[in-house]
Amino acid sequence: MQTTTIQKTSAYDDDIVKCFTLAAIFWGVVGMLVGLIIALQLAYPVLNLGEYLSFGRLRPVHTSGVIFAFGGNVLFATSYFVVQRTCQVRLWGGFLPKFTFFGYQFFIVMAALGYVLGITQGKEYAEPEWYADLWLTVVWVAYLLVFLGTVIKRKEPHIYVANWFFMAFIITVAVLHLVNGATIPVSLLDVKSYPMWGGVQAALIQWWYGHNAVGFFLTAGFLGIMYYFVPKRAGRPVYSYRLSILHFWSLIFIYIWAGPHHLHYTALPDWAQTLGMTFSIMLWMPSWGGMINGVMTLSGAWNKLREDPVLRFMIISLAFYGMSTFEGPMMSIKTVNSLSHYTDWTIGHVHSGALGWVAFISFGAIYHLVPVLWGRKEMYSLRLVNTHLWISTIGIVLYITSMWVSGIMQGLMWRTYDSLGFLQYSFVETVAAMHPMYLIRALGGALFLAGTLIMVYNCWKTIKGCAKTCGSCGCDKEKAYA
Amino acid sequence: MLKKHQILERNSILMLILVIVVVSIGGLVEIVPLFRVETTIEKVSGMRPYTPLELVGQNIYIREGCSLCHSQQIRPLRDEVERYGHYSLAAESMYDHPFLWGSKRTGPDLARVGGKYSDDWQRAHLIDPRSVVPESIMPAYGFLMKRGVDFNTIDAHLRALRVTGVPYTDAMIANAKQDGMDQARGDADNSGLIARYGNKVNQRDFDGQPEFISEMDALVAYLQVLGTLADIKDYKPQEK
Repeated sequence: MQTTTIQKTSAYDDDIVKCFTLAAIFWGVVGMLVGLIIALQLAYPVLNLGEYLSFGRLRPVHTSGVIFAFGGNVLFATSYFVVQRTCQVRLWGGFLPKFTFFGYQFFIVMAALGYVLGITQGKEYAEPEWYADLWLTVVWVAYLLVFLGTVIKRKEPHIYVANWFFMAFIITVAVLHLVNGATIPVSLLDVKSYPMWGGVQAALIQWWYGHNAVGFFLTAGFLGIMYYFVPKRAGRPVYSYRLSILHFWSLIFIYIWAGPHHLHYTALPDWAQTLGMTFSIMLWMPSWGGMINGVMTLSGAWNKLREDPVLRFMIISLAFYGMSTFEGPMMSIKTVNSLSHYTDWTIGHVHSGALGWVAFISFGAIYHLVPVLWGRKEMYSLRLVNTHLWISTIGIVLYITSMWVSGIMQGLMWRTYDSLGFLQYSFVETVAAMHPMYLIRALGGALFLAGTLIMVYNCWKTIKGCAKTCGSCGCDKEKAYA
Repeated sequence: MLKKHQILERNSILMLILVIVVVSIGGLVEIVPLFRVETTIEKVSGMRPYTPLELVGQNIYIREGCSLCHSQQIRPLRDEVERYGHYSLAAESMYDHPFLWGSKRTGPDLARVGGKYSDDWQRAHLIDPRSVVPESIMPAYGFLMKRGVDFNTIDAHLRALRVTGVPYTDAMIANAKQDGMDQARGDADNSGLIARYGNKVNQRDFDGQPEFISEMDALVAYLQVLGTLADIKDYKPQEK
């Protein structure tokens, strides 16, 4: 008995995974709430309450909040969880994992406070000023060391496929961050700095960074999650080992080239735009390789989709992944892009990926992690998991369809000519036309947030110990899951 | 092939190195030529670094996240050229650190907004956008009127920008504070400002508060210079 308890406490470092999981849930609510607020600000500009809470300052709080705070903490939690189990060893690095936790939360707070106070480098998804960037570099190196150290001392001869993706994500994000973040501080006592790169070069470097923040932070990292949790939940091996190899290497090779599709028809030289477009279209295939490998893992176990809402989350996330990785290459075609660029279509596209893919696979992972970490048999209520799933799915559908309509409508209005050959619409007429779409989008966002709050409640109950199996707290209403 | 991959799967360092190599190729092929190929930035006359006041204005533009809703990049498409003016050249943003091309037009493009509206209009619009454009959804920025501009460390800003490659001269840096204040005063001696930044520089009281240099002065000065520097009329696209 004594030996087994020792075994249990020393085998894996799960406390750190718990910390990151709770942080992810917390920042998820914050980031999505701020998203809802700025969506409403676009519908009702009076909601820009003064200097600190205007759209321009809150928008990076939303994007960083959901990408780096929610997504980042999910990645830390799952990568630490997965690497220990697939390497059969405890996390390496002594105090380093704890340092990455506190260091990363400190970075988030520092960055977000800066945005509200107007301290920003002004580069999308790379807004934090130089001091926060430096701090993040230290934390990220620690993360790489912990992860790599654990992989190196593994007891399994092979490195599991999920870890390839996590490794590629960690190292590439480091490279992107260092190159794009190069900046000259005004002085050591001044929060302001001037980015090293300017003009057209800055534009390409920024979107090389920006698109690969999507490619490596939001795709490779989350594919790592998929490669562990989908097979685990389905109780089946990964569909094709050969496909994993093929799509891993082609995905990371091709993604890097795709950045210039954010700069079509700009002052960026044509050759770079064409390269970016070509590789973006090629990217469709390795992306679908990942989707197919994930979905087909269920072959022979399709019935589980009916029984397990957690698995349903993961499979729907793969469907959204497939959809948005088709939409992306299509939008990178210059002719399509001439219409879609600068409009809400882009915003819709981002959210079908971010809500449908990233958030849903995260929710699936969280619903799997919470009972395991806190030693419960299953989530407090699987019926609530199912409710969350459908409320959020409806939210996403409202969000992306309203953005399709508003984006395509505005793009078309901008280029409409009247019978005399003049532009038909003034700019502000196109703004006014989008108002109903902005209301629908806000409703979609509100539903998505409501789903997340259901998850918070469900997790809280699970952690407290109120499970179907525990009769004492009288909450054994669940019959759906045997 | 699969056999060979087993080698990678058993050696984490080897795999890590190969990942770095694979992800480096695309970036290098796209980014390095952009610094080396001379035709990337067209030769066009008229470009100069921002004056201290305009630079402060640009920093306010960055601080408030204006570029999240306003692009500064006109594409060579018929409707855009008619709506906003000549398509943007790479040279026109060569002194922008960071670049402010933007990615979304919740509001209109501002690449050539300079000189299109009066200072009074810009000020009224920033204080209460809906007073001049009823359907506008832009936040109000009235507080800029009350906030003063501090030019005490502006020389350090110019020096930092010089490190990144913006050609600020020693004289520009030495006189930065004076130039900054002079530009926002209609009655100040402007010989120094003109000597350093050319005779097209806008020098006047931008915010309607003659005794006070506010952030509104700086932001309007910045907006009024946008797209006016390069001599677009003299620009001829290269023969293919």
